Amino acid sequence: MSAAPMLALSCVSAGYGSFPVLFDVSLQVRAGESVAVIGPNGAGKTTLLRAISKLIPLTGGHIAMEGRDCTAVAAHDIIGLGIAQVPEGRRLFPRLSVEDNLRMGAYLPAARAKFDQRLEMVYALFPRMKERRAQLAGTMSGGEQQMCAIGRALMSGPKLLLLDEPSAGLAPVVVQSIFEVIRKMSAEGYTVLIVEQNVQQVLKVVDRAYLLETGRIHASGPAAELLADAAVRRAYLGV
Amino acid sequence: MDQIFDIFFLEAVLNGLLLGGLLALLSLGLNLIFGVIDVVWICYAELIMVGMYTIWWLHTQQGVPLPLAFGGGIALLAVLGAALHQFVIRPVLAAEPINQLLVTGGVLFLLQALATVAFGVEFRNLGVRIPGVVVGEMSLSGARLVAFGMAMVAIATTYLFLNRTYMGTAIRAISQDRAVMPLMGVDASRVYLLTSAIGGALAGLAACLLVLQYDVHPAIGLSFGPLTFLICVLGGLGNLIGGFVAAFVFAQFISVGGFFLQLEWGYVIAFVFFIATMFWKPEGLLSKRAGR
Amino acid sequence: MTRSRSIGLVLLLLLAAVPLAGPGNYLLHLMVMALLWSYVYTSWSIMGRLGLVSFGHGAFLGIGAYGVVMLWNHWALSPWLGMPIAVLLSLAVAWVIGLPCFRFKIVGHYFALVTLALSEVARLIIVGLRDHTGGSLGLTPKSDLAAGATMSLKAMQFADKAVWFYIAMAAWLLALLVWRAVDRSMSRLALEAISEEEDAAASIGIDVTRTKLRVTLLSAAMTCIGGVLIAQYQLYINPETVSGISVSLQMVFGAIAGGLFVMLGPTFGAVFLLVLSESLRVLIGNKVLGVDITIYGLLLVLFIIYMPKGILGTVQARLVGPGR
Repeated sequence: MSAAPMLALSCVSAGYGSFPVLFDVSLQVRAGESVAVIGPNGAGKTTLLRAISKLIPLTGGHIAMEGRDCTAVAAHDIIGLGIAQVPEGRRLFPRLSVEDNLRMGAYLPAARAKFDQRLEMVYALFPRMKERRAQLAGTMSGGEQQMCAIGRALMSGPKLLLLDEPSAGLAPVVVQSIFEVIRKMSAEGYTVLIVEQNVQQVLKVVDRAYLLETGRIHASGPAAELLADAAVRRAYLGV
Repeated sequence: MDQIFDIFFLEAVLNGLLLGGLLALLSLGLNLIFGVIDVVWICYAELIMVGMYTIWWLHTQQGVPLPLAFGGGIALLAVLGAALHQFVIRPVLAAEPINQLLVTGGVLFLLQALATVAFGVEFRNLGVRIPGVVVGEMSLSGARLVAFGMAMVAIATTYLFLNRTYMGTAIRAISQDRAVMPLMGVDASRVYLLTSAIGGALAGLAACLLVLQYDVHPAIGLSFGPLTFLICVLGGLGNLIGGFVAAFVFAQFISVGGFFLQLEWGYVIAFVFFIATMFWKPEGLLSKRAGR
Repeated sequence: MTRSRSIGLVLLLLLAAVPLAGPGNYLLHLMVMALLWSYVYTSWSIMGRLGLVSFGHGAFLGIGAYGVVMLWNHWALSPWLGMPIAVLLSLAVAWVIGLPCFRFKIVGHYFALVTLALSEVARLIIVGLRDHTGGSLGLTPKSDLAAGATMSLKAMQFADKAVWFYIAMAAWLLALLVWRAVDRSMSRLALEAISEEEDAAASIGIDVTRTKLRVTLLSAAMTCIGGVLIAQYQLYINPETVSGISVSLQMVFGAIAGGLFVMLGPTFGAVFLLVLSESLRVLIGNKVLGVDITIYGLLLVLFIIYMPKGILGTVQARLVGPGR
């Protein structure tokens, strides 16, 4: 273990105003790994990703990126560190075209220089987006929007990709294709941290997973192990 | 009835067109600020008044060449726009919209009064004559032609900026989903500040064009302020294209109405037309936003 | 009778006794102005506190003022008869503006801007009719006071300021009573519901449009009467001081500076503004035009930023404590 992990959370606590959600959460994501955080509704999964992206402040603990503490980094500087998030619910700009949404993903000065090549890469990954490049993002289907949102995050050439419930609100067939994309990215070496409700699907595409319940990490381990774990199967797979 | 097809009627229509261009520029700045930041600068016309005084003072009192005076006016208003946002609007952004209206109302008083203290109530003229253009029996004001041309250039430039640049795209994006902007590395408050500066600069340009045509006095904002508001509301507050169209519609009412009656009545007719439209299509002629 | 009620009654009696104590014309004048403007601001606030913030009440003030004076000057119609005519016109205007706005849920910015334009249009019409209104030069009602007479009931002209004091005081008290009646006719919850969450209010059976329209008409009528009283008291009016954006904004500022949700808030605001402008006039005089309005504008900005509940409102909130 020579290199520091890509992302390391130590004893992180966070919440909304006087309403705490996360308590003492510690986890790690190594470079090239894909990690999932699973858990029930209200466990704090989305809060976790918002805390990493600094959309909400930490009330305790530290976050380090590649060994360097970034607890004090402002929200709009996080992407400069190489962390890009695909937020819950896609959050595309509805009245901007697909291409303008992707352009926003490349807002960082360093990313602007590579805009053309990254755009080609995203269009190669999502051919449907190329077809609809001039279409207003808000008029697309849920699955297409998800692709666009992932593409937008990729436009900054991130080191770490955060995905917040990518399967939420999507039809099963579409969910399949989204996870296929994630599996492909994972295979290509992207470092990915996914927060997901769909335990069955996500544990098949990631290397490791954490179990988050009521704001605390209750279990962690290789994805296959968690998938086989009796307690997990009972609680989340209805077995 | 022959009077309707009079050449002077045509002249009124053409003048209305020229006026429309200027009004379109005015509404652009206001709509931009509202569309992006969700605030109405009630004192927008008074900002323009300050710009007009600045240009007049620089050119006639300090002997600064006109282009430089114009530049000074635009620059000052860009700074004032940003300052207005930073010191007056920001503290009340989280409060109810009425507070934002009132606070800019206070600035309206303040600017009018400061202008009175500084320059008195007399009408001031820039003293620049631009030769008119004569087409057949119609004479069109040179200043108006220049204003129309510059306004169109400014509007086109703004359009290109908003649609072809990163910052422009960010400005369009932030009005659609502010919360998600930091994820893309955008500092929302910086965008607001820049938008305010652009709004101020557009007001500055409007000041340049207006000072060529009209004398300036502290209350001149009242002549076109309410009108600009009506135009923006008619086109749908925040809708840049709607405001553009509405400006030309209004200008025709004023020009043609003023042709048949006195000038004040042109405004009154425009207002009546506006109220009638409110009954018919309350969200504005071309509004994309529902019932704000 | 509760203690606060008896204190209030005593204060009222003291107030009524003021003219009898021979305070001199200047002080009486100030008090009449304070009472009249308190009346106007309170009339405005009947709408304002429902979230219907009109920036156009100058129009109604102007209709009242110019209406009665023009009818008197040109057709010798007594202001007592001119007043209901002016009120009817105000109601019509308020209805025409209010109905589309409320039925189509045009509130907030749209409403403010539309009413703002309304007050300016009113001013423009007054100026445009310059042959009849005297335009920007202003208008004076023809005097009906024959040599030595101190009052003409028919013309609503009273030379004695004490008479005006009582008239103004009566109007002011009436406005306060109306304020309270409106406050009580709807439960507190309903009032707030209408101003903040229309759909919720509608779902509990409150006809939102009709309620808003009624309150608007009431406010417009009362303000119009205020214009009549001001015109008859001052015996001089001009478009800038009784119509237009300036006076409209003043109404809004005065009511809010005093405290919009407190019954005596607008009164406090009116007194505050009056004291402010008089002191500035005394201190700075008329040497430098516009300094008083400069300070006024500055104060408005500072107030909104730091004391949005108004003076009285903030005091009340402090006294009552959090959780109100």
